[in-house]
This record gives sequence, structure tokens and C-alpha cells, in this order.
Amino acid sequence: MGTMLQEYKFSEEDFREKRFADWPVSLKGNNDLLSITQPEAIATIHRKYFEAGADIVETNTFSGTTIAMADYQMEELVYELNYESARVAKKVAEEVTAENPEKPRFVAGAMGPTNKTASMSPDVNDPGFRAISFKELKVAYKQQAKALIDGGVDVLLVETVFDTLNAKAALFAIDELKEELNVDIPVMVSGTITDASGRTLSGQTAEAFLISISHIPLLSIGFNCALGAKQLTPHLEAVARNTEFGVSAYPNAGLPNAFGEYDQDAQEMANQIREYLEKGLVNILGGCCGTTPAHIQAIAEIAKNYQPRKLKRTLQTQSI
Amino acid sequence: MSEIRPLKLSGLEPLVITPESNFINVGERTNVAGSRKFLRLIKEEKYDEALEVAREQVENGAQIIDVNMDDGLIEGKGAMVKFLNLVVAEPDISRVPIMIDSSKWEIIEAGLQVVQGKCVVNSISLKEGEEEFIENAKKIRRYGAAVIVMAFDEVGQADNYERRIEIAKRSYDILVNKVKFPPEDIIFDLNIFPVGTGMDEHKRNAIDFIEGTRWVKGNLPHCSVSGGVSNVSFSFRGNNPVREAMHSVLLYHAIKAGMNIGIVNPSMLEVYDEIPKDLLEHVEDVILDRRDDATERLLDFAENVVGRKKENKIDLSWREKPLQDRITHALVKGVDAYILEDIEQARIEAKKPLDVIEGPLMIGMNVVGDLFGSGKMFLPQVVKSARVMKKAVAHLLPYIEADKSNKRQSAGRILMATVKGDVHDIGKNIVSVVLSCNNYEIIDLGVMVPPEKIIETAKKENVDVIGLSGLITPSLDEMVFLAKEMERQDFSVPLLIGGATTSKAHTAVKIDPQYKHAVAHVNDASRAVTVVGDLLKDSTREKYKNDLKVQYDEFRKNFSKRSKVKSFLSIEEARENKFQIDWDNTQITKPAELGIQVIEDFDLHKLVDYIDWSPFFRSWDLHGRYPDILKDEIVGEQAQNLFDDAKVLLQRILDEKLLKAKAIFGLFEANTINHDDIEVKFQQDSDEKTAIFRTLRQQLKKHGDQPNFALADFIAPKGTGVQDYMGCFCVTTGFGTQELAAQFEKEHDDYNSIMIKALADRLAEAFAEYLHKEVRTQHWGYASDESLSNEELIKEAYKGIRPAPGYPACPDHLEKLTIWEVLQVKERIGVELTESLAMWPAASVSGYYFAHPEARYFGLGKIKEDQVRDFANRKGIEYKKAEKWLNPNIAD
Repeated sequence: MGTMLQEYKFSEEDFREKRFADWPVSLKGNNDLLSITQPEAIATIHRKYFEAGADIVETNTFSGTTIAMADYQMEELVYELNYESARVAKKVAEEVTAENPEKPRFVAGAMGPTNKTASMSPDVNDPGFRAISFKELKVAYKQQAKALIDGGVDVLLVETVFDTLNAKAALFAIDELKEELNVDIPVMVSGTITDASGRTLSGQTAEAFLISISHIPLLSIGFNCALGAKQLTPHLEAVARNTEFGVSAYPNAGLPNAFGEYDQDAQEMANQIREYLEKGLVNILGGCCGTTPAHIQAIAEIAKNYQPRKLKRTLQTQSI
Repeated sequence: MSEIRPLKLSGLEPLVITPESNFINVGERTNVAGSRKFLRLIKEEKYDEALEVAREQVENGAQIIDVNMDDGLIEGKGAMVKFLNLVVAEPDISRVPIMIDSSKWEIIEAGLQVVQGKCVVNSISLKEGEEEFIENAKKIRRYGAAVIVMAFDEVGQADNYERRIEIAKRSYDILVNKVKFPPEDIIFDLNIFPVGTGMDEHKRNAIDFIEGTRWVKGNLPHCSVSGGVSNVSFSFRGNNPVREAMHSVLLYHAIKAGMNIGIVNPSMLEVYDEIPKDLLEHVEDVILDRRDDATERLLDFAENVVGRKKENKIDLSWREKPLQDRITHALVKGVDAYILEDIEQARIEAKKPLDVIEGPLMIGMNVVGDLFGSGKMFLPQVVKSARVMKKAVAHLLPYIEADKSNKRQSAGRILMATVKGDVHDIGKNIVSVVLSCNNYEIIDLGVMVPPEKIIETAKKENVDVIGLSGLITPSLDEMVFLAKEMERQDFSVPLLIGGATTSKAHTAVKIDPQYKHAVAHVNDASRAVTVVGDLLKDSTREKYKNDLKVQYDEFRKNFSKRSKVKSFLSIEEARENKFQIDWDNTQITKPAELGIQVIEDFDLHKLVDYIDWSPFFRSWDLHGRYPDILKDEIVGEQAQNLFDDAKVLLQRILDEKLLKAKAIFGLFEANTINHDDIEVKFQQDSDEKTAIFRTLRQQLKKHGDQPNFALADFIAPKGTGVQDYMGCFCVTTGFGTQELAAQFEKEHDDYNSIMIKALADRLAEAFAEYLHKEVRTQHWGYASDESLSNEELIKEAYKGIRPAPGYPACPDHLEKLTIWEVLQVKERIGVELTESLAMWPAASVSGYYFAHPEARYFGLGKIKEDQVRDFANRKGIEYKKAEKWLNPNIAD
């Protein structure tokens, strides 16, 4: 989504439109807001990915929590942002499904990591300090999840997890919500391994991460973002070996260059992903930063030739 | 069972426990309940060092670390969160999973909210019933943790094989079927209890644990079994070689039976194969209950093994005696170490749990009562006995309540209360304890109890006696008011009056005439039992009441005769006879530091030397002067014991900073105006303000040339043109007392609850003494060359005085309001005044400073109505109000 939005080169005014013309802080860069101010652009991008062969698109809600929205003083708008994003994406999914009912399309409600960490201190001199608590995260995630479900998403996706405790708060919120709303919506979790040591930002190995979040029935667990597809392989192996859940992977299109652009081309990325398929490591595939519809198309082309990873046993969660 | 579902935990790294895994060793040193060192570090907030304890454990091979912050004097939740946040920041510690250990759910939950890995919760159980069990298990699941389940249910702890498997099975079924808890995330703690205690019912403790483990592992798929190993050797404390062997033997057999996790101190573990053959045989006989005389044989054998360290020998021979003797011994000696064990045995043997109270416990308490009555036991001991009794009763209560068919037959119900406006309760609590030891049921309404509540409770609870207590003079009027109310509302139960401010005279003259039924002034705890007994027993009731009435009537007659003999001066005449100071030839020292100063958080250590211990012993009904009292022929030994206990608690107060000392004082320009008033000038919010302290003058006609004193006489009159000064102050050491006392009470420890209050009072007085010295020698500096010993200080050998409103020289409590206004006491140090102008917290002292060398303490004595009217006029208050506050001092 972000990759495609960059191409629109939206100005501050485009982000604001009439409704937020007088907003006291700069809004340029608040991509989540575009679901309200530029819904056509968002819908167009979703459609492009579906047309490239995607089964699932993510809602444009990576920063849709009160915690992340505080930067734009938009805490009050969180429900609307998520609800509208879900609605826009779902509408496109339904349209595309109607065009080809053989291949149903789904929407995953994206729940990002927020910009704060619950198990690390931002202050090196005070390691016991925390900028955010489990409770605060739980409340924020619950609000986001509720809006996404109300807006019609098919799956919730807790993603780009760099601090497992943040993810646990999100899962706690979702589990409560499922009980309260009496809905059994599938949940995906995707962590991110940010450095070559092979650990999450909060220090866990892939397997420790898996153990820490396996208490909630998941549709899938996997990794996204961070390093390129190639570097992800050993971590996917660690997870695939030890879980009964599905495994997902949606890496970046390589590493960003000096200008912050991703220049791994579609074929190159798809070729790296072929390794996952050959080893039977994954059930869900995709792309994160730098992945254009062309990349998705190339990945879908290759994936066609392989069977998904075998699940050890039937999951209690319904499949979508 | 082909499928293997391992227990998976995580820190930064995974810990996967499969049937092939070796025994998992849980580090137990980061547990305040188990490690004194760790407790101290946490209390002193030395978290860096506390982290080192954790690190050392992980380095030494602990695969999980248990963290426990359950201690009455720690804010457990805060400490848990803070410590875990720091642990998480240390990758070499937080690589292992954490066991969050607490008996309080809120602490567990707080812990779960700060750890990213998959933890173990230690523990939950069916103790409080299924509902709470299910609710907590559900939350634990949602937080993504495994759980230790204790073999404990609504009935109690599992202490035999059948109960262990019964509770484990039931817990497992609920968790797996109702909560959908993954069975591999369940760890059972099947209670490791001591063996070799000499008691038959303990013989199977270890073997039942081992066999229980075998059953659980065989019948409840995928779960783990854990336990605290060192418990098993409890009765061999002091003999480490034997203990280490016992731990190894237990583990050896329990692990074979399926125990896969345990809390073990690695330094207290002998290698199984290295245990000498003969010791091994003796130990295994005990652990596996292989022969009837196993314990005796091990005990004998252990003597030879001791070698390395010699046990601090405590005579436990009384443990061999019959049950009743043991219970009586525990009560008389105030030993609570074994009481629960003994009471549990008594309960099992008794037909009804209630019989244990009415049988063995009352038999024991009667011995205590007799010894106390005959002067062979002293108050502090009785309070300790009460502590044991309370623990025993608390243990029995759930059983008694479960068995509704019976109501406990008490000797009578007694309502106890410190009256409205008064906060002092040491005496009341002592009397309550002594009475409850004698099988009276006490309904203690606490302090500052409004009269309506006393009346209402007395009716509702149908009490047999009402006891009122008070320390400050306005409380006397409250008592009179209550007596009137009881009469008006047709009460007939006896009224007991006690407390430092009460007297036989006041009771006889003011209270007794208000109530036609029995009124008794009881000012020492040891008399309370006989008085109440006489008032309630059918055989003595009428006679005793009549005797009291006659006694008080006679007292009144003598009293009125006596007061007629006394003659008074009019207030004008008294002023004529004021104390004269030659102001022209008086050298007045200007205070070195005029104005107000606050001392926050004063170091209590500095006060210890200033404590006057004699009143401390008095508060426990031990009379005599310190230090002579410690050598007293009759009470010496008890005084010494009490003193030792006091010093232990005092040391804790100092070490752990349990009480907070604060003070405020001010030194001001002052002059006397209109004979009896003192005008002071002070700054407030950079405004120059004046306040006027009203003093009262003695009116009793004096012999010879004795003057009629008022405190105003010690300050230069404005007319002299001499600028004089005075000061006022408030000190407190009471912040924290309430919480500590409540904590002790919760633990059924009245002894220390009373002790902490008595000590806080002493520290407050010591602080007042200390501050006065600092003021004399420095802040004011009029006695900068003074050097007095503590004894001389207690004898008040210093120059200048510090009289306190409410005390003899100035019995008028109203002046406290002026002190509070001038110093802003409440705003600045938080000491408040109740509606009766008692200070809260109770361990506080306030007063004035007078520097003149001729200033002295005196008693105001009785005053006449003319001065009360004059006082009301000067102060600008209603006569009625003045009369109310000065009432105790107004002559009839």
C-alpha cells in the first residue's frame, strides 16, 4: 500500500481535503487518513493488487491506533479511520469476487505495532521505565479491532511485531472482543526480525516468539518486512517446524537502497521466495515494503506450481 | 498415549520440556519469602543487587526463575512490576522463562502484563472455589502463561494420597474441559510436607507425595508435577548433611515417579550416590516410610552426622506431650510455631470444630487466665497468648462457619470503642485482648466512634457490656453524653469507663449519676476481667452493681465536701497575684532563626537515645522506673522480655524505615497583652500577621506568697517595651503506624499491633525532646552552652519549657487550632486535628516553647465561671462553647 501511495505524490492539501483543512498539525504522511480523504486512490490500489492475483489485501490501517495517531492528534478519529479503511477494502474485494466467484478475495484488518514498546525502555539510563503499558495497548488495540470487524474485515492481522508484549496485548484484546461479540474471526500474527542476529527487536528468537503467542488459536504465524526474502528462510524454518498453525511470509522487496527505495525487481523477489515453496515452509505468501502489483503477480505465478505447507492437524479455526 | 505435547515456555529463548527432558530446576532465590537477602534488597530498593541475585541463579543453571514479592511490608505489585521490568532489560537473565509467584491475583496479573515470554503462574487452586479458579485460569490463558495448580481446595490442603489425587483430578478436569486449558500447560504442586517430625500423621508425607505424583503422571495426560523440595526436611533444620541427603532422596524417588520440575536450592542438595550408605538407609526409611521407628532412628543417627554446624538448640521436648498439654504450652508460652498443626489435629479428633475452642483452647486459656490473675503472668505475655489463640481460632473459623448447627457460647459480648474525636487506642486494645482471652466476644468499633454508632451497634448486636475509652479531656464529655443516651434509651447493660484521661473521680461525679445501671471505672487491664465477670455473672451481678453505686455515691459526697473546703480567687484577684518577672533586668535572647521551619523525613536513629522508656512500660501495666524496672523482683523478667521484643521491633522500624518522622516549628516575636494573652507576630504568604494565644490562670487560693500562674506570665508584657519571643511546634512519628498495626492485626498479632503504637508514641515524645534541645541550643540558641544527659532531659533539668495544649498547664485544647493556623501544620506536615482536637496520627506532640529561665510547668487546677466568661469574651466565642471545652477544669 505504502509503496503504491508514494507514486501518487499526495500533497499536504491532498491529505487534508476540506474536512481537515484547519487541522492544527501537519497531516502529510498520515497514510491511514487517506482512506477518508482519498478513498478512490485506496480503492484503486486494492483493486490493482487483487487484479495481480492477490487473495488477501490488507486494510490501510497500519497506524490506526490511538497510540500511533497521537502524532497527528487524531486519536478521536481512530474508529472512523479503521471502519472506513475496512469498508473501502471490503467493497473492492466483493466487487472482484463477483467478477470471478471461483477465486474469492479477502480483507485482512492490519494492526500495526504502534510506535511504542511495552517491554523495552526508550531511555537507556532507566531500563525499568516503560513508555506504554499492556493495559493502554490492550485498550487501543481493542478499539481498532472492533472498528475493523464492524467495517467488515475477514481476518485480523497483528503485524510487524517487534515487541512480543505489544502483540500479546493485541491478542488479549482480540480474544476478549471475540468473546464479547461472539464472533470467531481468524487471526494472523506476523513478526519482524530486524537484524542479522535473528531476533526480534525485543530480543526473542523466532521459536521463543512463536511459543509466546501460541496460546491464542491462530490462522497463521510468520514474518514480514525487515530483511529481504532470502534472510527470512531460517526463521521460517524454525517456526514451520514447531507450529500447528499456518505459516505466512511477506518480506520486503529486498533491502532499501541509499535513497530508501526498494529496487529488487519482481522476478528476483519471486525467485527468492521459490525456496520457501520448495521447502514447503509456508501457507500464505506476499510482500511488504517495496512490493508492487508486479511483484505480487510474479509471486502468484510461481506459487501456482507448488502445494502449500502441510498442516499437522486440522485447525479449530475455520479456514477462509 | 502416543502423542507428545511438551510444555513450552519462553524467555528470550525457548524452553521446551518433553518427557525426555532432565529435571527442570527453578531458581528460588528471587523470592522474598524464601530469601532474607533478597527481601532486604527489595525493601532497601537495591534493585541492582537484586538483579545480581537473579543473574547468579541463571548462571548457576536455573532454567526458570521464580519471582515472589509477597511480604507484608513491601508494596508487592509495584515491586513485582519494577523488578520484572528490570529483569526483562537484562538479556542474560531474561533468556529464561519467569515464574510469577504470588498468593495475590493482582500481583500475578501485574507481572503477566510486563513479560513478553510465556511465563508460569505460581499458583492457583480451588481454595476459593471453582468460580474464582476458572476465572483466573481463563485470564492466565489469555495472557498466554502456564500455571501451577496447588493441591488445595475449599476444604483445605491435600495432606494424604487420596486428597492429592482427588484435587488434582478435579482441577485437571475443570481446566481441560471447562476452561479449555491445554493440559501440557498445567503443572501440579502436590504439596511436599515435612517428614520426621515425630508425629504419626506426618510419616507418609513424602511417600504420599511420591505416589501422588506417580498417579497424576499416569492418569492426567501431558501435565507436569512440581514442588518445593526443602520443605521435606523442615524438622531437621540445623543439620544440613541430613537435610541435603533428604532432598536428594526425595528427588531421586519423585523424579522416577514423574516429578519433572522443582524448586530446589542447588547448594542444599547432596548427590544421591554420594550419600553415605548408612545415612542413605536411615533417610530412605523416613522418606519412604519403611519402618515404624524410622524417625527415631534417623534422629539418633543424625546426632552423629551433625558434625559441621551445631544447631541453636531449642527445647522441643514439649512436642512429645499429649495434645492438650501442647496446646496449653503454646498458649502459656505464646509459641505459635506449631499451633496450626496442633489445632488441626484437635479439630480432626473433635466431634465439632467448635469443641476445639470450647475444649482444648479454653482449657489452655483458663490456665493463662489463672496465671495472669495470680500475678504469675504479665500483660505482654497474655497478649502473646492471645496472638496464638487468635491464630488458632482463625484456623477453625471456616470449619465452624461451615457447621452452622452450632453457635459459639461466649462468656458475653462486649462492645469496645474509643469515643468520638479521640484517636488513642492502646489501652482499649489491651483490655480487648485480655477480655477476649477470657472467652468474651469483643466487638471493637475502633477509634473516633460517634455515639449513635455505639448505641446502634449495642442494640443490634445485643451486647452485654459497653466499654468506652479516651485519652484526651474532651472525651470525658463524650462519655457523659453516652451515659445520658443509654439512660434515655432504656439501656441496662453495664458501662465500663477507661483510658488515661478518665478517673474514678470523674466517673463517680460526672458519669455515674447519669445512668441508673452499673458504671465502672476500670483503668487497668488486669482488673477488667474480674470486673466484667462480676458484672455479668448471675450470682454476683446485683450485689456488685449495688456496691459500685454505693462506692461512687460515697466518693461523690466526699468529693463535694472536699471541693467546698477549697476557696478560689476571682480572676481579677488571681491576676493581681500573677507570677512577677523583673523584665528590666532580664536578658532576652533573640532567636537565631525567627520564622517557621519544617523537618521532613527525620532520621529516626537519632531519636533512640532520647526515648523515655518508663511510660512505655506503664502502657503495658508494668509499673516502675526504667532501667530499674528490668531488675525488679516481680516484673523484672517480663519487663526485660517486653523490652527485648520492643527493641526488635524498634530495630525493624529503624532498618526498614517503617515510620516517618516529621516536624514543624516556629519562633516568633511575642508579648503578653491583657494579662493572660500572648500576641505573636508571624509571616504568612509574605504578609505580617498576628495571632493570640489565650492562656488560663490558676484561681485556687494559694498559701503564703505562692503566685497564681498563667503561661502568659513567662512572656514580657507589651507595656514594658521589651521585645520578647515564644515558639510553637508539632512533631509526629505516627505516619505508617496505622498501616503496620493493621498488618499485624491481619496476622492476628495484637501483641505487635499494640507494640508498634506504643513505640510510635515513645518516638514522638523523643522527637519532641530532641527538637526542644535543638531549639534551645541552636535555632533559638538561648541555651547554646547546654549539655545535659538523657536522664537530666527526662527530669526536665533544662532551661525553658514546652507545655502542650491539653496538658496541665494549658488544658484548653482549643489553642491547638491557633498553633495549626500559625504553623499551617496540616498543610505542611499533614498532622490533622479531629473534632475533639486530638492529633492524627496519634503519635504526635504539639506545644509551645517558652525560654525564660523562670518558666516552669504547673497545673492549672480548677477555675471558676468568671474566668470561663472572661476567656469566652477574649476569644470571641460563645460561653457555652468555652464551658464545653473547659468543662473538666471548671470548679463546681
